[in-house]
Amino acid sequence: MRTIQFREAIAEAMSEEMRHDESIYLMGEEVAEYNGAYKASKGMLDEFGPERVWDTPISEAGFSGIGVGSTMTGTRPIIEFMTFNFSLVGIDQIINNAAKIRQMSGGQFNCPIVFRGPTASAGQLAATHSQAFESWYANCPGLKVIVPSNPYDAKGLLKSAIRDDDPVIFMESEQMYGDKGEVPEEEYTIPIGKADIKREGDDVTIVSFGKIIKEAYKAAEQLEKDGISCEIIDLRTVRPLDYEAIIKSVKKTNRLVILEEAWPFGNVSTEITYHIQENAFDYLDAPILKINTADTPAPYSPVLLKEWLPNSEDVVKAVKKVLYKDA
Amino acid sequence: MKTLFLFGVRRRRYLNFYQMKKITKETYLKWYEDMLFWRKFEDKLAQVYIQQKVRGFLHLYNGQEAILAGALHAMDLKKDRMITAYRNHVQPIGMGEDPKRVMAELYGKKTGTSQGLGGSMHIFSKEHRFYGGHGIVGGQIPLGAGLAFGDKYFKRDNVTLCFFGDGASRQGTLHESFNMAMNWKLPVVFCVENNGYAMGTSVKRTANHEDIWKLGLGYEMPCGPVDAMNPEKVAEAMDEAIDRARRGDGPTFLDLKTYRYRGHSMSDAQHYRTKDEVKEYQKIDPITQVLDKIKENEWASEDEIKTIDKRVKDLVSECEKFAEESDYPETSVMYDSVYEQKDYPFTPHKTV
Repeated sequence: MRTIQFREAIAEAMSEEMRHDESIYLMGEEVAEYNGAYKASKGMLDEFGPERVWDTPISEAGFSGIGVGSTMTGTRPIIEFMTFNFSLVGIDQIINNAAKIRQMSGGQFNCPIVFRGPTASAGQLAATHSQAFESWYANCPGLKVIVPSNPYDAKGLLKSAIRDDDPVIFMESEQMYGDKGEVPEEEYTIPIGKADIKREGDDVTIVSFGKIIKEAYKAAEQLEKDGISCEIIDLRTVRPLDYEAIIKSVKKTNRLVILEEAWPFGNVSTEITYHIQENAFDYLDAPILKINTADTPAPYSPVLLKEWLPNSEDVVKAVKKVLYKDA
Repeated sequence: MKTLFLFGVRRRRYLNFYQMKKITKETYLKWYEDMLFWRKFEDKLAQVYIQQKVRGFLHLYNGQEAILAGALHAMDLKKDRMITAYRNHVQPIGMGEDPKRVMAELYGKKTGTSQGLGGSMHIFSKEHRFYGGHGIVGGQIPLGAGLAFGDKYFKRDNVTLCFFGDGASRQGTLHESFNMAMNWKLPVVFCVENNGYAMGTSVKRTANHEDIWKLGLGYEMPCGPVDAMNPEKVAEAMDEAIDRARRGDGPTFLDLKTYRYRGHSMSDAQHYRTKDEVKEYQKIDPITQVLDKIKENEWASEDEIKTIDKRVKDLVSECEKFAEESDYPETSVMYDSVYEQKDYPFTPHKTV
């Protein structure tokens, strides 16, 4: 199978969908003439022209709202945020308009829109440029939240997101755009709301999503050398969450570690923890452990950032702890 | 009293066959009946609100009726669109929605325009191209630009009227929307219903100058003040702006100078203004102006006017009866309305 970059998978997904549905347009900062701040829309202006690929001024509230408003006339926009850090400037349009228009209108208007762009930290970008808002958006009824972790998943999930008739938050990573992976030439989609077992194992379940899952892979390799077998579940979609997949795995392994790049208070990990203790309490042989970022804004200095961000060593330690093995 | 201005720049007619619908005796009679109905509809809501049959917040349109009347005259009601903020009960009625359903929405009944999910601030009518009904001040301004973007995208010739209050003109969304709408020549008319007060804060207290229309100048958007106590003046200004948008020359910003007689909402004690100020505006009441012109021109006899008044009263009663007698929604609608996806797996909120 051919290998392509994550950014190419994103561009392919958008382009393929735009080819067979004229109501889809791409809008955002630098998406057209610059080919995307991270080149995730490379070549799209050339193929589709300025009537389908729209460069905007730096006005997140404005263009998010224009996207949402236009859906009520029949469009299906893809709105790119250069990063989801900047989505905060337009979050009112997402939470109060995109997520609620269907409910407030008693079902008269649905809102088929995708907001996409990179999330979370990406090197030493410090406090304002390193934030993960997956759990913020996932908290809001009316939205769906997808966070892929590799090029194959990204393409299949983005195509589903674009075809979906509800508003979707689609979160990528600056640090994944260059990642390469096998992506078939043939058309495919991946269903929203279904987790994927990335590695099968028997001793412990590790749940993660997005780029940080790579730390779980590294940990699993290392743990395997110690004879510990890890099952890794990639959530792929955060809202709706595939609780069943986690429960099924926990019933097999009886131990759960959750790895999520997010502040530790009230995040996706805590939601999973609550759900598992309620629905699989009798299957647990150890308390559930979660690994998150520090409960502080992201620091700049490399030494501090290393401490702030979860890594594979943290995962190894957590797994050994739930297995009651000495570290 | 504040000086009222005319929107003075007349249209250069690019399409010489185009002319605004004439304002005739029939127009005035329709205006009188519509405007009176809107006022009585709102008065009825105030009454049933005090009786606690309608709850939540309630923002009434009394005093601002000339804006809607003038706008509707200039619009093409077969294709043009409208969006506004939370003072939004009568606009969908003007666009063609059944007033009984609007009243029922305020009662929280299943027969309401949003099946009882929206309430006072969130009236929508897809069928009649009324796009809400929005509760966050200024939040609907980009949506209005977006409706116009959609029409431009699909190369249609619909025009969107995007209303907001003077308070919303201080939101950043206005500036972002103005800039993109002008840059992309979107077919939208931005209309500030300038009633002088953002809740209890007067226009003069919110900015360095009081001429809100001047905010258009920075974007080179055609703009100006309009005497919005008079529907004829509103219709003329709207017509010029709608024509500009429809022929592809982009947005216009109208500063519609109006007044609201009632408080911002029902809980407003109105300490920020005097009773004399309200009385001064009532002297130029839009409905009285329309009625005076009808009488002046002998377009209707006293009896004919009484017949209209009776019709209005009966229709308001009919709305109230319909709303009272309608059923409340089933709880399932709470879930059915959120996602287009039919089998969305909601997270349970109670486990026992």
